[in-house]
Amino acid sequence: MLTILFDGIAYGMLLFIIAVGLSITLGLMNFINLAHGAFAMAGGYITVVLMNRYGVSFYLCLPIAFLVVAAAGGVLERTLYRRLYAAPHLDQVLFSIGLVFMSVAAVQYFMGGQQQLIHLPPELSGRTEIFGVGVGRYRLFITAVCAILVIALQLALSKTRFGSQLRAAVDDGRVARGLGINVSAVFALTFAVGSGLAGLGGAMGAEVLGLDPNFPLKFMVYFLIVVTVGGTSSITGPFAAALLLGIADVAGKYYVPEIGAFVIYAVMVIMLVLRPHGLFAREGSR
Amino acid sequence: MTAADETSAVLSPDAPEHLAQAQLRRRGAWRAYEIALWLTAVALIFVLPSKALLLTEVAILALFAVSLDLILGYAGIVSLGHGAFFGLGAYVAGLFARHYFAEPVTGLLVAGVASGLLGFVTSFLVLRGSDLTRLMTTLGIALMLAELANQMAWLTGGADGLTGFTVGPILGLFPFDLWGRTGYIYSLAVLFLATWAARRLANAPFGLSLQAIKANRVRAAMVGVPARSRIVAVYTIAAVYAGFAGALLTQTTSFVSPDVLAFHRSADVLLVLVLGGVGYLYGGIIGAIVFTLLRDWLSVITPQYWMFWIGLVLVVIVMVGRENLARWQTFLPLPTQETLKRVAGLRAGAKRGDGR
Repeated sequence: MLTILFDGIAYGMLLFIIAVGLSITLGLMNFINLAHGAFAMAGGYITVVLMNRYGVSFYLCLPIAFLVVAAAGGVLERTLYRRLYAAPHLDQVLFSIGLVFMSVAAVQYFMGGQQQLIHLPPELSGRTEIFGVGVGRYRLFITAVCAILVIALQLALSKTRFGSQLRAAVDDGRVARGLGINVSAVFALTFAVGSGLAGLGGAMGAEVLGLDPNFPLKFMVYFLIVVTVGGTSSITGPFAAALLLGIADVAGKYYVPEIGAFVIYAVMVIMLVLRPHGLFAREGSR
Repeated sequence: MTAADETSAVLSPDAPEHLAQAQLRRRGAWRAYEIALWLTAVALIFVLPSKALLLTEVAILALFAVSLDLILGYAGIVSLGHGAFFGLGAYVAGLFARHYFAEPVTGLLVAGVASGLLGFVTSFLVLRGSDLTRLMTTLGIALMLAELANQMAWLTGGADGLTGFTVGPILGLFPFDLWGRTGYIYSLAVLFLATWAARRLANAPFGLSLQAIKANRVRAAMVGVPARSRIVAVYTIAAVYAGFAGALLTQTTSFVSPDVLAFHRSADVLLVLVLGGVGYLYGGIIGAIVFTLLRDWLSVITPQYWMFWIGLVLVVIVMVGRENLARWQTFLPLPTQETLKRVAGLRAGAKRGDGR
């Protein structure tokens, strides 16, 4: 029981790390980016290739995955995404679906269609007992890393100069520009960090979520649910939603496997009907 | 016509009602290219009998795209789950043929009614919220159905698909042949009737009011358009159409698998519609032709990775700008453009009768 709860929390944390970048592009910049899962997949594959082919340590792979994916996200933002910020939602959907299709086919071409495995370092595999509850060490590691990241993100958004610039740019781009904030640079950097976090999440999640070329399509809905249900007011909304979703998903698949996947979608639809702007929407937001 | 005659007897020819009627009639008139398209489609039965299976595929995809155009192009509702209605229609047609009655037209109607009911019920969900909410609800409904089809193996055959049913002759007269000719004629007939009805609808005040809702819902409400009920109506009609398309697929292939509910169905049909042009019914049909040819061609060159090229096409379309696809001449080199303009000018001049 407690083990399932803990697994759910670790799963939810992972979902949150991947989805938090999406909650910024989608929630704050109002850009429907269905390709976010592709960044996570990129992170996962970078880790697999580095570890299995070049024998790089797992701990070193994580920051590399973050940096490489962040750089890729930054380049894509500068070249393609920024042109579509003002485009109709239909265009954004088409564009990002196109990116997903391309990434799925490209990964299949270079890496093959089979499931990729990651060999965790020995100190992370196996279970430990904490207060009499058996807990996977890797799950514990994920939870710890994600908890640190959540706190760091929250502090970065609320306490730093960049955080206030971002919030200003999101609330009213014109006024922010008038105040001398380089809105386009702020967005580009945010997008890059968001993509990088997705890459990091994908790298850590390859073991838990599984990694194959269909990853972006398979988990697209989960990331979207985290953001839509969580709302866009802060990162605590998506965080709560991700934890809820993680626990519900793990518990659902454990206790009622027949309808496990069904429940998530049903909850989302009902949720969106009742609160079209998300659980923790701020007043007057779009 | 008698009602119209009475009206014109009472009203002077330039009374607003009269003008509006004339305008509606002009909008509804058949264009030359439409007639040419349908004649070509009929002629293909005789010209390319060996390609009947491919042509059937085009016709079914075209009907599906026309259905999406009704809600996306006319009402402006972005849907990522239109495959739900397609898949439901496909399964209902298969189950109906298996358990009740093998005649296809009855099955088609039953499937249409079933999808229409689902469309009516779910249409209330798309009334609320923003584009994003709508995307997520439509996607969620489609995924739920796919999950259901997968789990209810006793009814649907699960992942292996629904087999073991035969589709009888159409109206008890025309059996399906091995080469798919009957199937093509049948699908084409359904596509034609559906498109005919849809263009009647789109050119009627109903269609115009939908465009008003799409342009600005608040303004539409100010001139007295009941936005909610119109959206519910058009969403239901579109669902019926998608159900027809799904049923046609089942009946012409005698097979249903959970693939009919997969996400890529909904994504493909969006691409089809965008390729052909959103907001006029023939966009779906032209898009279906282009898409099927493109896929056929790409899957010959790169059998496994055509998805990559489809994705690239999508990205390029968006980057070029959807509205620029219609103005493709502007991308030609200047001398060619001028020649084109001169040719067009000549034709227009000939029509005016001054020869210049």
